[in-house]
Amino acid sequence: MWTYIARRLLMLIPVLFGMSLIVFSIIRAIPGDPARAILGEKASDEALAQLREELGLNEPWYIQYFHFLGDLMRGDLGVSIRTGAEIAEEIGPFLAATLELTFVAMLIAIFVGVNAGIIAAWKQATWFDYISMLIALIGVSMPVFWLGLMEQWVFAKELQLLPSTGRYNVREPIEVVTHFYVLDTIITGNWSGLWDVVKHLILPGIALGTIPMAIIARMTRSSMLEVMKQDYIRTARAKGLNEFWVNYKHALKNAFIPVLTVVGLQTGLLLGGAVLTETIFGWPGIGRYIYDAITYRDYPVIQSGILVVATIFVLINLIVDLLYAAVDPRINYK
Amino acid sequence: MRKWLLVVLSVFLAMSMALVGCGSTEESSTPAESGQQEGNSETETGSTGENEGQGGTMVFGRGADSKSLDPSQVTDGESLAVTKNIFDTLLDYKGQTTQVEPALATEWENSEDGLTWTFKLREGVKFHDGTDFNADAVVFNFERWMDPEHPYHQGNFPYYGYMFGGYKGDEGHIIEEVKKVDDYTVEFKLKRPLGPFLNNLAMSPFGIASPEAVKKYGDKFGENPVGTGPFVFKDWKKNDTITLEKNADYWMEGAPKLDRLIFKVIPDNSARLTALQSGEIDLMIGLNPDDVEAVESDSNLKLFKRPSMNVGYLAMNTEKEPFDNVQVRRAINMAINKQALIDAFYGGLGVPAKNPMPPSLWGYNDSIEDYEYNPEKAKELLAEAGYPNGFKTELWAMPNPRPYMPQPQKIAAAVQADLEKIGIDAEIITHEWTPYLEKTGKGEHTMAFLGWTGDNGDPDNFLYVLLDKDNAKGPDAGNIAFYKSDELHELLIQAQQLSDQAERAELYMQAQEIIHEDAPWVPLVHSTPPLAGKATIQDFAPHPTGSDKFTHVYFSE
Repeated sequence: MWTYIARRLLMLIPVLFGMSLIVFSIIRAIPGDPARAILGEKASDEALAQLREELGLNEPWYIQYFHFLGDLMRGDLGVSIRTGAEIAEEIGPFLAATLELTFVAMLIAIFVGVNAGIIAAWKQATWFDYISMLIALIGVSMPVFWLGLMEQWVFAKELQLLPSTGRYNVREPIEVVTHFYVLDTIITGNWSGLWDVVKHLILPGIALGTIPMAIIARMTRSSMLEVMKQDYIRTARAKGLNEFWVNYKHALKNAFIPVLTVVGLQTGLLLGGAVLTETIFGWPGIGRYIYDAITYRDYPVIQSGILVVATIFVLINLIVDLLYAAVDPRINYK
Repeated sequence: MRKWLLVVLSVFLAMSMALVGCGSTEESSTPAESGQQEGNSETETGSTGENEGQGGTMVFGRGADSKSLDPSQVTDGESLAVTKNIFDTLLDYKGQTTQVEPALATEWENSEDGLTWTFKLREGVKFHDGTDFNADAVVFNFERWMDPEHPYHQGNFPYYGYMFGGYKGDEGHIIEEVKKVDDYTVEFKLKRPLGPFLNNLAMSPFGIASPEAVKKYGDKFGENPVGTGPFVFKDWKKNDTITLEKNADYWMEGAPKLDRLIFKVIPDNSARLTALQSGEIDLMIGLNPDDVEAVESDSNLKLFKRPSMNVGYLAMNTEKEPFDNVQVRRAINMAINKQALIDAFYGGLGVPAKNPMPPSLWGYNDSIEDYEYNPEKAKELLAEAGYPNGFKTELWAMPNPRPYMPQPQKIAAAVQADLEKIGIDAEIITHEWTPYLEKTGKGEHTMAFLGWTGDNGDPDNFLYVLLDKDNAKGPDAGNIAFYKSDELHELLIQAQQLSDQAERAELYMQAQEIIHEDAPWVPLVHSTPPLAGKATIQDFAPHPTGSDKFTHVYFSE
């Protein structure tokens, strides 16, 4: 198994290399000059020329690419051309914010999605099945920004139950250690802070988790229905096993592999694709960081940001692959 | 089939009834709850600000984060809005006007020839790091900005170069020397008179920084700003919050009143309003025009209007046919219904523009009569110009909202319809924001929407930048009508070299007449961007420049 992991990690290198080349060429192919984007309406000719020179934009693209690669090899993610900040320093908190939110969203998505899927399959063709699959269908097609705004309207404005934006109550600052605020409040023993952070996670977590939840529910249901037809399930029932155990233990184990694949892919998608949720909930995550960088043509941030997300995407898929083996003993990595 | 449909429908019905039920209980519980919350925040305020009797935390919601907190290195409003509270300038703007008043400098005088300015500095002022503010600090700051050879001239100083004609060694650079006379007197020697000089000094990019802190942090000063302002920089969580704390030793007696000032990023306008309504923030910019009514009708909230220092306009490329014909340009001026645009797309928050500069500026020519909205007459003019059946053209529209144009795409569609009435068939063209600026700067357009927000409150900053022939050159023209008038140019240059405001105002009045006659633009709207805040906010008067100083702001009971 360890050689398998090592091999997979080695494969990261060509993947990231290809990725860097694609990202590098795409952002240079889209129209718009970073110097112009930075200076905006107030740009004078001299200022633009000077800035282009400073940013190294006058050099041929391949020289720029080799500079970028060379820096990467040394673990240097570069400097934002808009703010002048070190990307490696700046990106940590954004990544932590997004990972924390993604984790919560997937937790909600998996818990609700898997259960809804199992019960829908178990009670196939009953009202629960119809309703939950209808909701799942709505969930997949729901515009996230609309859902987010509705949540805010109901739970923050009307009911005043949950905060609508941000990661914590800015009037009561919390001590930052790891930038994972749930962990930070636990480490510092700030229990009211923990409660506050958890409350801030609920609405964006639901908004972000809805689409994966719906996909997981549908996947679980169809996968369960497939498995339920198999002989060993009939045997289990014949032995007089409680229907609950048949479903949750025997069937689920075999039905879970495709679900796991979906979970892995969805988690990856959420990492980079949370821009809308992050925008509506004022969540300082990596999606918004990269999105803003695109608007400003902040090449180094786009390049390095996407590479960081891609790396994590690959790692999550590796973990998912390893989990296959844990779920199904027939799968064995050598 | 029918049976389960029935089931689905009845479940929906049950759910909606349950929701309605919840709704009514919500309503009854909301006031009590919000009352309780307010009570909490009040006790909180009371305990933190007991000694001063005021205090509290102001959370200011906005759409984007600052770029850097070194004001001399930025041009974006979101950075300057924060640094305005950390730094003081030699002079500041008075109230909601663009007239200057003393700040770090208490008195000033100009020599006969207009070339030497002498400033008396305020004594006993300290930077947040405890070092003294004095003539050396002022000299250090100006040299850092102007001299590319200066050891701490790290990065770009865009506004300095822009307002003072470049940097040391450049031909256009205005400032010859900044000299310490004694500990609290500084002298500026100029190469030639500069009309907007005092207004320039009041701009927030020219906030005086602690020389010791600049030396200590070097190119990281933008993340560790140290000034003399009413609030002290505390903490910056990127894309999230910037926290400032009260400067207890501020030189102004009894100020500031707030204990903490927090800038919080909430990118979405609607979400930001929800956060205000639920009490998470106290004040917000970037209110959707459509939400103005909701704020006005809410007794817990208050609407603030920022006096306009901008102009949104439609430029006609005078180098291209048929816009080289002044009759055509005047016809288009008559074809567009400005008031209708304001009512429909600005939530009524704006005034129709007849001049290229906003009425809040001195030198504004109010005696000019705008071209009346009259499609019939416009058609006649077009016919006289040789286009009885109109013509086909392009109408360039901005992709994203700007302060001077909140809904550019819809405005373009409305103008397109207006033009159609006089027989002009205009196709709407849009590019992404950055390419849009590039292409219009090169003059690839025929008609294009754009706008401008003033920097220093001086008419020169509008008329010269946007309409002088000096700036009608690609690839980065400020004058995207490519309008070239020698008569206007002479007036504007003459006004730049005078320092008497009354004389200058006279010249700008004439300049506006010429522009009106030649009609290179359709000046559309001066918007008054709305802000919304808690009804308990007192003494907050939004400034036209877009950066507000919270020195006197407080919460009432």
